[in-house]
Amino acid sequence: MSTEEWPLFEVFIRSRAGLEHKHVGSLHAADARMAIEHARDVYTRRQEGVSIWVARSADIVASDPEEADALFEPARDKVYRHPTFYAIPEEVKNL
Amino acid sequence: MSATPAPEAHYRYVLRLGDTSLVLGQRLSEWIGHAPELEEDLALANLSLDLIGQARLLLTYAGELEGRGRDEDALAFLRDAPEFANLTLAEQPNGDFGRTIVRQWLIDGWQLEVYQALTGSSDTRLAAIAAKALKETRYHHRFSSGWLARLGDGTEQSHHRVQSSLDELWRFTAELFSPDEIDESMCAAGIAPALTELAPRWSARVDADLAAATLRRPPAQPYPWHGKRGVHTEYLGHMLGEMQHLQRTYPGARW
Amino acid sequence: MYTQALDTHGKEPVPAATAEAGALPGRFQARIDAEEKIEPKDWMPDAYRQTLIRQISQHAHSEIVGMLPEGNWITRAPSLKRKVVLIAKVQDEGGHGMYLYSAAETLGISRAEMVAQLLSGAAKYSSIFNYPTLTWADLGAIGWLVDGAAIMNQIPICRCSYGPYARAMVRICKEESFHQRQGFEIMLTLAQGSPAQRAMAQDALNRWWWPSIMMFGPSDADSKHTAQSMRWKIKRFSNDELRQKFIDITAPQAHFLGLTIPDEELRWDEAAQHYQFGPIDWSEFHAVLKGNGPCNRERLEARRAAHAAGQWVREAAMAHAEKELRRAARAA
Repeated sequence: MSTEEWPLFEVFIRSRAGLEHKHVGSLHAADARMAIEHARDVYTRRQEGVSIWVARSADIVASDPEEADALFEPARDKVYRHPTFYAIPEEVKNL
Repeated sequence: MSATPAPEAHYRYVLRLGDTSLVLGQRLSEWIGHAPELEEDLALANLSLDLIGQARLLLTYAGELEGRGRDEDALAFLRDAPEFANLTLAEQPNGDFGRTIVRQWLIDGWQLEVYQALTGSSDTRLAAIAAKALKETRYHHRFSSGWLARLGDGTEQSHHRVQSSLDELWRFTAELFSPDEIDESMCAAGIAPALTELAPRWSARVDADLAAATLRRPPAQPYPWHGKRGVHTEYLGHMLGEMQHLQRTYPGARW
Repeated sequence: MYTQALDTHGKEPVPAATAEAGALPGRFQARIDAEEKIEPKDWMPDAYRQTLIRQISQHAHSEIVGMLPEGNWITRAPSLKRKVVLIAKVQDEGGHGMYLYSAAETLGISRAEMVAQLLSGAAKYSSIFNYPTLTWADLGAIGWLVDGAAIMNQIPICRCSYGPYARAMVRICKEESFHQRQGFEIMLTLAQGSPAQRAMAQDALNRWWWPSIMMFGPSDADSKHTAQSMRWKIKRFSNDELRQKFIDITAPQAHFLGLTIPDEELRWDEAAQHYQFGPIDWSEFHAVLKGNGPCNRERLEARRAAHAAGQWVREAAMAHAEKELRRAARAA
C-alpha cells in the first residue's frame, strides 16, 4: 500500500428533510473535509441531498451474516409485534 | 448617487464578468479526465460547469445591453482576443494541479468580494446573477483554499511547487482591484462596487488562507497587462483558436 | 455495458473439507434461484467473487477510459450549451466509474489495486473506447449508439444477484437516460443541418456502427462461460439477444435521421419480426482487445500520465491529513 493512497469513506445522504440518511456508496478522500466535498460532488449533482454524513469505512461496525440466525431469527416468530396479529371488530374505530 | 451609465460602459462591465468566468471555466474543463484522482475530475468539472453557467447568464445579458443582436454564442465564439475582457489571470495556463489551485483561489477570493457587493447592485438583473454566483463561489473558495492548505502544508515538494506557482501568478493580482473609467462609471451609477474598498477584505482573506497553507505572500509587483481592457497575454489567442474552431470553420451552422 | 464477457472466470471452487462447508454452494445457489440478493459479507463461491471483481472492475475502467474520447471535444464544443451538456455527461461517466469501483471494493479488492491493473495493461476495458473521436459528429454517434448499447446491457444488470452491483447499476441507469438523448439530439441537429454537417453525421455513423454492435461481445455459441454467469444471475440475457434488440431499436432511428447504416445486408425480416444484419468482423474486435486498436496506446498513456502527474498531489493530501491528526492529538 503506497503512502499516497487515500482511505475509503462510506457516504450517507439525507435526500429531503424528514427522511433519514441512506447509504449511497463509498469514495476515497484524504481527510473528512475532502470526503464531504467529494460526496457532494459525486452523490448530490441532481439535487439528491440536503445533508451528508461520511464515515471512514474502517470505523463501520457490521453484524456478521454468520450470526444472522441468532440476531434476526428470534424476531420472526414474535408476530404479536405486528398490528395485523390482532383481530379487532370492524365497528371499533380509531384502533 | 446614481448617474446613468453610458450603455457602452455598462455592456463592457458585464462582459468583463462574463468573459472572466468563461475563460476560467474553459481552462478548468481542460482537466477533465486528467486530474490527480477520479474524485478531483468530478470536482473540477463541477467548478467548470458553475463558471460556464455564470458566463452564459452574463454574456446573454451583455449581448442584450449591447443591442446588436449578439447572443451568448456569438459573443463566445466569434470575437477575437482583443475584444475579450477577462482578467488576465484567468487565461493563464493550467500548469500542474497546484498552479491551477492557486489561480482558482486568487480568482475565487476576487469573485467572493465582487459578487457579494453586486448582490446590492442597482442593476437588479446583475444582482440576481451575482446572488446565484455567490453561492457557487463560496463552494469554489472552500475547495480551492482547502487544497491550497493541503499543498502548502503537505510535503516539502508540494510546498515548493505551490509557492513557485504563487510567486509566478502574483503579478496578475495587480489588475484585480485597479479601477479604470468603466469601473468608476459603474460605481457612480450604483451598479458596481468601488474596487478599492473591496481590496482590503480580499487581502485579509488572502493572508488568512496563506497562513493556513504556510505560504509566503509575494511582494506587490506592478504589472501593466490588463485583460479587462483587451490587452492579453499570448495564451488567450491559442485558447480561443481551439474553443472557436468549429464555429469559425462552419460559419452560420446550427449546432 | 462495458462487460463484454471478456475473460469472466476464476478457478472452480475448492472441494469442501467438511459436510457443512459442502452444503454452502448448494445453499448459495438456492438463494440465487430464489432471487435473493447476495451482500458483501455473505458466503459466496470464490469463482463468483472473482467473476464479479473482474466484471465490475472492467466496467469501472471502461467508464474512466470512456471519459477520454468524449473529453477530447470538451474544449471545442461548438456552443456553450453543448459544452456544459458534454461536461456533465463526461462527469457522469467519472461518477459511474466511482460507483462501480465502490461496488468492487466491497468484494475485497482496493481501488489502488484496480487502478494498477488498468495502468499496467493487465485489466481490460470495453474496446469501443479505443476508437478516436475525429469530428464533433462522433460525439453524437457515441451518445446515440455507444450509450444506447450500454443502456441495453445495463438495465438487466440492475437485477443481478450481487446487491452492491445491482444498486450501482440502478443509480447509473437513472443518470444514463440523458446521455443517449443528448447524442441523438446532436445527430438530429447535424442531419438537419448543412450538407457538410449531414456528411459529418453520416461519416461518424459509418465509423461507429460496427464497433458499437461489437460491444455486446462475441456470439454466445463462442462463449463457454455464459452459462455459469447466467446461473449465478450475473448475466441475465445472452450477447446475441441484446445485440439483436439493439439493432431492432436503432435501425428505425437511423432511418428517421435520414442516415444510412453501413451494412448492405441490413433488412427487416417480416416473418422473424427482426432485422437481419451482415457478418461481424470479429478479427477487428480481437485485434483491438489485444491492444492493436487505433487508440489503445493513447488511452492508457493518458491515464498513466494523469496518475503519475497526480502522485505529488495525492501524497501532499495524505501528508497534510496526518499533520492535522497529530495537531488535533496534541491539542486534545
